[in-house]
Amino acid sequence: MSQALITLQSLVAGWEQPATQPLDLVLQPGEVVGLTGANGVGKSTLLAALVGRARVFSGQLEIKDGIRLALQTQDVPPVDGVPLSGDELLALTEADRQGLPSWLIERLDIRLDRLSGGQRHYLALWAVLKAPADVVLLDEPTNNLDAAGSEHLIGVIRGLARDRKALLVVSHDAAFVDAACDRVIVLERCDVE
Amino acid sequence: MWSELFLIPFLTGLAMAVLLPLLGCYLRLRDEWLAALAYAHIAAAGALTGLMLGIAPMLGGVLAAGGIGLGKYALARRLVRGVVYPLLLLAGWSLALLITANFPLAERLGHALFDGQLYFSDMTQLVWVLAWTVPAIVLLRILSKRLLLSHVYPDFFRLRGMSAWPVQGGFDLLAALSLAMATMSLGVMGSFALIFVPPWLAFRRAPTWRRGLLLSLLIGVLAYVCAFALALGFDQPFGPVLAICLVCVGLLLA
Repeated sequence: MSQALITLQSLVAGWEQPATQPLDLVLQPGEVVGLTGANGVGKSTLLAALVGRARVFSGQLEIKDGIRLALQTQDVPPVDGVPLSGDELLALTEADRQGLPSWLIERLDIRLDRLSGGQRHYLALWAVLKAPADVVLLDEPTNNLDAAGSEHLIGVIRGLARDRKALLVVSHDAAFVDAACDRVIVLERCDVE
Repeated sequence: MWSELFLIPFLTGLAMAVLLPLLGCYLRLRDEWLAALAYAHIAAAGALTGLMLGIAPMLGGVLAAGGIGLGKYALARRLVRGVVYPLLLLAGWSLALLITANFPLAERLGHALFDGQLYFSDMTQLVWVLAWTVPAIVLLRILSKRLLLSHVYPDFFRLRGMSAWPVQGGFDLLAALSLAMATMSLGVMGSFALIFVPPWLAFRRAPTWRRGLLLSLLIGVLAYVCAFALALGFDQPFGPVLAICLVCVGLLLA
């Protein structure tokens, strides 16, 4: 019996029209797969299709029954003007605080809209990354992160893989993808006639 | 002040002064504070329509606001987002004032609804308000995490298999019915002031969500107690006194 958590067979996803080339992918527990490619090749669209937001035009998508997915999008959580602290954000997704970098631990009691862009991004990312889940989908997780933040994130991703979680990581940051992922799939542009 | 004549109105308003600032925090989170004004006007129109039809005004107000709370999504599907509440507000205001102007029987109730004549509250109203406020606060506590999660991480919320409509629809109904109850005692603008000003200040000042709720509650209750004493002492309609108290508190703290 297959252990695969997610299986794609010639999957074409898009919104109004197809936006990706047919893609085959098998995601196993403990595996980190990177998706890269130029802007507009449909990397984020593919993640959106996996969670049922974008349309599947052709091919097959199988997600193992009962698994829990977590998705981090490029959208910043709308917390401007809302008195929500980092502690409360992590409690919402039941994210584990263990392993948080020290520069964030000491700022957990501060409201999110008073943190720097990088700190807020990393906390928002952490809330998804460390939430109870079997498969974590990350969309450009290194946006707004400095070198130290990216380095820390790589360690966390590898730790999650050791815990048998599977991760699908969309990123245009080649160095990050090489360091964090077990294998990388490069998406090509989809030419729609 | 502590005679039954004033104690019953005081407790009726106090229950609302506890509920509305808490409810207002979630309306503000969803950027739907205008909904409070719309529901209050619809409740006033419903109460006056009820009076004309020979049913209890409170029941009329609750049915009208509750119906709109439930039917909001049907309207929202046909209209641009953000238009629904202003339209409901205008419709409720027009209907309420037209009924007040054209039916002598409705004139006194109409003025009471817009002035906020809390002192007319009787034991029946107090029982209704308490019977609603306690479960409403419990329900709000239950919905709290889901409302926050669906706002901050809508995708995560959906991926956890949580259906949005019981949370959003349940909250809309809770808000509409609470506003209907409040409008019957505090008046349209008094209710709106309690649901708008304390959360506005709390969102500016509080460091966390929990402390934001507490601050909003504290501002609402203190302003209510001051307004009650002032309106009673100077023999003024309660709604405007409450609203001006909250405006002053707002300007001082902001």
